[in-house]
Amino acid sequence: MKLYCLSGHPTLPCNILKFKSTTIMLDCGLDMTSTLNFLPLPLVQSPRLCNLPGWSLKDGNAFLDKELKECSGHVFVDSVPEFCLPETELIDLSTVDVILISNYHCMMALPYITEHTGFTGTVYATEPTVQIGRLLMEELVNFIERVPKAQSASLWKNKDIQRLLPSPLKDAVEVSTWRRCYTMQEVNSALSKIQLVGYSQKIELFGAVQVTPLSSGYALGSSNWIIQSHYEKVSYVSGSSLLTTHPQPMDQASLKNSDVLVLTGLTQIPTANPDGMVGEFCSNLALTVRNGGNVLVPCYPSGVIYDLLECLYQYIDSAGLSSIPFYFISPVANSSLEFSQIFAEWLCHNKQSKVYLPEPPFPHAELIQTNKLKHYPSIHGDFSNDFRQPCVVFTGHPSLRFGDVVHFMELWGKSSLNTVIFTEPDFSYLEALAPYQPLAMKCIYCPIDTRLNFIQVSKLLKEVQPLHVVCPEQYTQPPPAQSHRMDLMIDCQPPPMSYRRAEVLALPFKRRYEKIEIMPELADSLVPMEIKPGISLATVSAVLHTKDNKHVLQPPPRPAQPTSGKKRKRVSDDVPDCKVLKPLLSGSIPVEQFVQTLEKHGFSDVKVEDTAKGHIVLLQEAETLIQIEEDSTHIICDSDEMLRVRLRDLVLKFLQKF
Amino acid sequence: MRFSHVSCAENCGLIMDPECSRLLPALCAVLADPSQAVADDTCLEKLLDWFKTVTEAGSSLLLLQENPCLVDLLSHVLDLKPQDVSPRVLSFSLCLAGTFAAQEDCFEYLQQGQLLLGLFGEAGPLSWAAWSVPTVRSGWIRGLRSLARHPSGLHFLGDSGALDALFSLQGDSSLFVASAASQLLVHVLALSMQGKAAGSPSPQGSAWPTCAQKIVDHVEACLCSTAAPQVTQALNVLTTTFGRCHSPWTEVLWGQLSPLVAHLLESDPIPAAHSLVDLLLSVARSPVFASADCGLWETMARMLSCLSPTQAGPLALGTLKVQHCPQALKSQAFKILLQPLVCILRATAQAPGPPGLLDETTEGGSMTVDTLLSSKSACVGLLCQTLAHLEELQPLPQRPLPWPQTLLVEAAVIVLQLCDGLAAPSSSEGGRLCGALAGCVRVQRAALDFLGTLSQGTSSWELMPQVFAVLLETLESPASSPTVLKKAFQATLRWLLDSPSPPTCLNLGPHAPLFLKELFPVLQKRLCSPCWEVRDSALEFLTHLTACWGGEADFREVLLASEVPKLTWQLLRDPESYVRASAVTAMGQLSSQGLQAASESSGHPEGQQGLVGELLHILSVDSEGFPRRAVARVFTEWLRDSHADVTRDTQWFVATVLQMVSRDLDWEVRAQGLELVQVFLAQTLGQPNPNCPYAVTLPKVTPPSPLPEVLRTLCQLHIFDFVFRALFDCDRPVAQKACDLLLFLKDKTAPCRGLQEPGDSSDVTSVEATLQRWQAGEQGEPLGNLEPEEVLAALRSMDLKGLQSRLAESSDHVEKSPQSLLQDVLATVAVLEENVADCY
Repeated sequence: MKLYCLSGHPTLPCNILKFKSTTIMLDCGLDMTSTLNFLPLPLVQSPRLCNLPGWSLKDGNAFLDKELKECSGHVFVDSVPEFCLPETELIDLSTVDVILISNYHCMMALPYITEHTGFTGTVYATEPTVQIGRLLMEELVNFIERVPKAQSASLWKNKDIQRLLPSPLKDAVEVSTWRRCYTMQEVNSALSKIQLVGYSQKIELFGAVQVTPLSSGYALGSSNWIIQSHYEKVSYVSGSSLLTTHPQPMDQASLKNSDVLVLTGLTQIPTANPDGMVGEFCSNLALTVRNGGNVLVPCYPSGVIYDLLECLYQYIDSAGLSSIPFYFISPVANSSLEFSQIFAEWLCHNKQSKVYLPEPPFPHAELIQTNKLKHYPSIHGDFSNDFRQPCVVFTGHPSLRFGDVVHFMELWGKSSLNTVIFTEPDFSYLEALAPYQPLAMKCIYCPIDTRLNFIQVSKLLKEVQPLHVVCPEQYTQPPPAQSHRMDLMIDCQPPPMSYRRAEVLALPFKRRYEKIEIMPELADSLVPMEIKPGISLATVSAVLHTKDNKHVLQPPPRPAQPTSGKKRKRVSDDVPDCKVLKPLLSGSIPVEQFVQTLEKHGFSDVKVEDTAKGHIVLLQEAETLIQIEEDSTHIICDSDEMLRVRLRDLVLKFLQKF
Repeated sequence: MRFSHVSCAENCGLIMDPECSRLLPALCAVLADPSQAVADDTCLEKLLDWFKTVTEAGSSLLLLQENPCLVDLLSHVLDLKPQDVSPRVLSFSLCLAGTFAAQEDCFEYLQQGQLLLGLFGEAGPLSWAAWSVPTVRSGWIRGLRSLARHPSGLHFLGDSGALDALFSLQGDSSLFVASAASQLLVHVLALSMQGKAAGSPSPQGSAWPTCAQKIVDHVEACLCSTAAPQVTQALNVLTTTFGRCHSPWTEVLWGQLSPLVAHLLESDPIPAAHSLVDLLLSVARSPVFASADCGLWETMARMLSCLSPTQAGPLALGTLKVQHCPQALKSQAFKILLQPLVCILRATAQAPGPPGLLDETTEGGSMTVDTLLSSKSACVGLLCQTLAHLEELQPLPQRPLPWPQTLLVEAAVIVLQLCDGLAAPSSSEGGRLCGALAGCVRVQRAALDFLGTLSQGTSSWELMPQVFAVLLETLESPASSPTVLKKAFQATLRWLLDSPSPPTCLNLGPHAPLFLKELFPVLQKRLCSPCWEVRDSALEFLTHLTACWGGEADFREVLLASEVPKLTWQLLRDPESYVRASAVTAMGQLSSQGLQAASESSGHPEGQQGLVGELLHILSVDSEGFPRRAVARVFTEWLRDSHADVTRDTQWFVATVLQMVSRDLDWEVRAQGLELVQVFLAQTLGQPNPNCPYAVTLPKVTPPSPLPEVLRTLCQLHIFDFVFRALFDCDRPVAQKACDLLLFLKDKTAPCRGLQEPGDSSDVTSVEATLQRWQAGEQGEPLGNLEPEEVLAALRSMDLKGLQSRLAESSDHVEKSPQSLLQDVLATVAVLEENVADCY
């Protein structure tokens, strides 16, 4: 059993598990932090960005000044943003049989895999995952395609040139494999390969293994996966949450008794408590708006935004913000808000029960109805007519490199009355803000990450008790910035096995059993003999038939009868040579009694030596040695066959035959 | 005019009045009848209380002779088949018998019929099935407890085998029973020793009275037992004994038992360590041992060194509180108490504090470190305990000297930093502490409380930057829970207000203004918190700080430059009533100090008048009581302090407020309205005369206007209407306050002879008639426009003093009479019977 690790990002995993002749890809995350090295794509021409000076080497050589621009001491690539793909060279991706998707954030690299690697398998995911994943991809494609950029920089990727660049460009990994965003066509084609599954649904893969999605409590339709054969169980835990937010709660019980538990997608901000952060978010929002400032919330179009809107729904009246407009701007804003209301079966119990009243499960419906929350596909069109300040704007992309958020950063960045509040934990807010410096607007960092923290993980592992834990290497040591926090790492026994990008792990796990069925007529013919209470044995002569990873013992064919010549002879009818079988022996030899027996039979100089595996009985006079081990006994004597047979019979007296 | 009042003899309940005597046989019959269930225990408890009062006031023997039904009841209970006895009635009878037998002659009387032996002896309820009911066992013990008052009772206990039963009851499954048994043993021991000649006690055990000897033998046997529960029982008996009895014989007792106690310390683990700690402290606190050296201190020292840190903490604290304990022991105890904090300071590589305390490797240090690092819960438990102990010790006069204030402040600061996840210790121990304490709300709360206490007595203001920094971090941190924030605000307030400023500095010292500049943005954020508790704590903090520092230029400057006044104003409309109430108080305070400028200039053009309007609006329409009460309080304060808005037109202000308050459904608001009237009267008529004849009398301030004119004004403002109505308020505190006010007015107007006495003119009669109707509950009719003369006449004719004393009686004095109690019990049974009849 092997695990191929294609992504180094702990929350955007992409691993391949080889298990019982199947090749299973676990998630397909896309690391978008690479886009932070690029200049933002402004929706409306930005003189500031256009006029940024080109970057030149220390010696004044300016051959890169078209590709690289400098802004407040940082250097950015002036080109269409590119993404860092999972490893494609570590394993032939066309051999992947299935891809299991855990949540909509972990499928963003799917088109790169399904469309460009010769992949011919099936992708499994829940319906909300697919629908919201589609929205995220659609938004991404839209954000990038609607700001066409003539220029595509590639010179800087040259290894010799990259070495000369300042950090972080200098240290960016595998820039040559970075790719531009996929197209909508590729998205559609990729999504067409997905087969929808429901929680606890058992899916047979080639008869060899069974995979089952379980609720993980993190997002609408988010799942963990159980991959099991008859005797082995691997659990794959991706983004999971034990907090009470909108999704169905996490199913922990089904993870019990795993041989291996692959653990990814823990919280990226282990020291921040989501409740405190929501409080911080609300307080800062109210403070800004009351002072006449605007609030910008860079966010994804689905996920935490539902919870934030729900909090605000409860908060705005108490904070006297009822008259403040809330705008949600995204090409998929409308679909996202509507989709959230129709996936009732994937929601937490509270929200499910609302549907029966009937009421919309999320209160943002009411916010929309009362005109407190308005949504627009982009800043163009209706929005510009309705736009009223001060206001609160939720829009993407959280990297601040593309999407409508770029416009608002340019618009509001100059005033200290305004505030940008970061709630998504995927990007470093300081890096995200770098191309907007100098910035007058206030910045508040309230990352809300509801995924498991280390305390919860330690409780979970105690509860489900897997034999082995496998996790990204980042989880086996405290975060670099808090190296003294020994509590911010996975602490379990035995210690977890860690992986990093482009590594192949042999999982510490031997397959010892295989299930074989016995045909009823064969079973009928068996005559078990009880060798000790509760255990009976029988010898079986049969033909082992293996097909589709299923093994069946069939009765041996009858001895060949003279054929009439009408039936064609089939290969399987070949009769194996059945020799007369020696009886099988069972039991163990009690050394003391054996020695007594020897003495009774006239061997007077018996000496016993203990060995690592058992005992050696020495008959010094006869120059004979009897080696007794757990599963074998050897009589070594010098060509005295009579003696050997005598000794053998004495040994056999202690064993059962059948 | 006369007001009716319910007559009630001063000593009602103390004697058996004929009416009760008449009801008693019926009551006893009901109790003795197994088919009639008594509804609840509280009736029986009240009956017992009443009998106790009666027997304490007179002769029990006489009572029994006059009411033979009582003895009949007791005998009847014994005559019933054990399975027919209701456990409640049995328990009641046992207690009752004990109450009667408390008097020796009555004891003898009951003994004649072997009644007591039947009830408390081995053949009685002890052997019945009902004994399995805890109430019965408890009643048995209570009965004996009452009975054990005299030598005869003591002999009875010794002879009846009750002591042995008590020994086994110490381990009863019901904690109440077990504790009562233990208490009774102590009582019997003390009583038995009391009976002994008061001379010097004999150190020989053989000379002890029989009962005492038996108990001491039992305790000795238990102390030698290997079973922890037995040891605990013995230790509990001894702890109570030394805690209660301070006679010389206790010293002999300790002398006899201390070797056994010391022997317990040799076991590992020490059995019943908690109880042992209690015993040692109880002995140490006893004045008997104040001067004697009886090995106690050595035992305590040994105990301190061998207990686990968590167990040693309470002993160390107790030791330090004992006045006469030797210095060496105190010093050992203090080191143990400080040990966890010292370990934390070491692990986080802080400066090791003053020499002497930390330089030596103190004993038990490694054990403390082990506990702190062993698990999160152990670490949290030990730290919380330590912080609470030191907090308790800090203000005590007997706290150890030198008191390591700097070390303690540093430790509290580092603990808070560990909780905030801000400390970055390099040692591995520090790292583990960080993990154990990060985000731990319990420790945070304990540390903030402790830090708050440390504000007093901090002589070095160099520590203030550290303290302010950590408080600010806690207040700022998004992870701080509402309870932590509340404590952080409280601690901040204490440090701001208590901390000394260097002698050369004027105003607030060098640190406070800088701190305030950083604090106010945080305060602003917290005023916008989605959590109402946080908004509330922030407002409370603001109110207190403004009250103390409203006059300080530095404070005013920072406050006015911030959004805080504006946000506070907005919180007057908060959806949470507690927050509205706090906002009202805060605005009242800000306004009193003239700190509203910011809100006036931004969006509230009405300014100060706007605030009065806003508060009046709350007073008239707010659906919750708290904000209205707060407004009434603020208005009273404003009137008292001659707030500019009030003095602009005081009469209009008072009339408007009273008009709203008088209609309020909340009695506290009405009471506050009376408070406002009192302030107004004091300002117009002068301060009330002190009631105490020895009080220093201030020179009389002549009222600003002549009395008749003042009275006329009061009439015009409808103040009398308000106060008279309040006099008949259904809520007693309001009526009491109104009565006091009227008495004050009566007193003030007594010299006012200038006004013609109206005698029994028809106008006055109508006033009286209205008032009588009001008293009867018909308050719809207004009093109309009163003339001062009518008021004076009404005041004169009212028996205000009588009313005052009646109002002073508790409201349930009528219902508490024994007669009504007996009737209640009988009535309940009757109702139950009716219900039974209905069922058929």
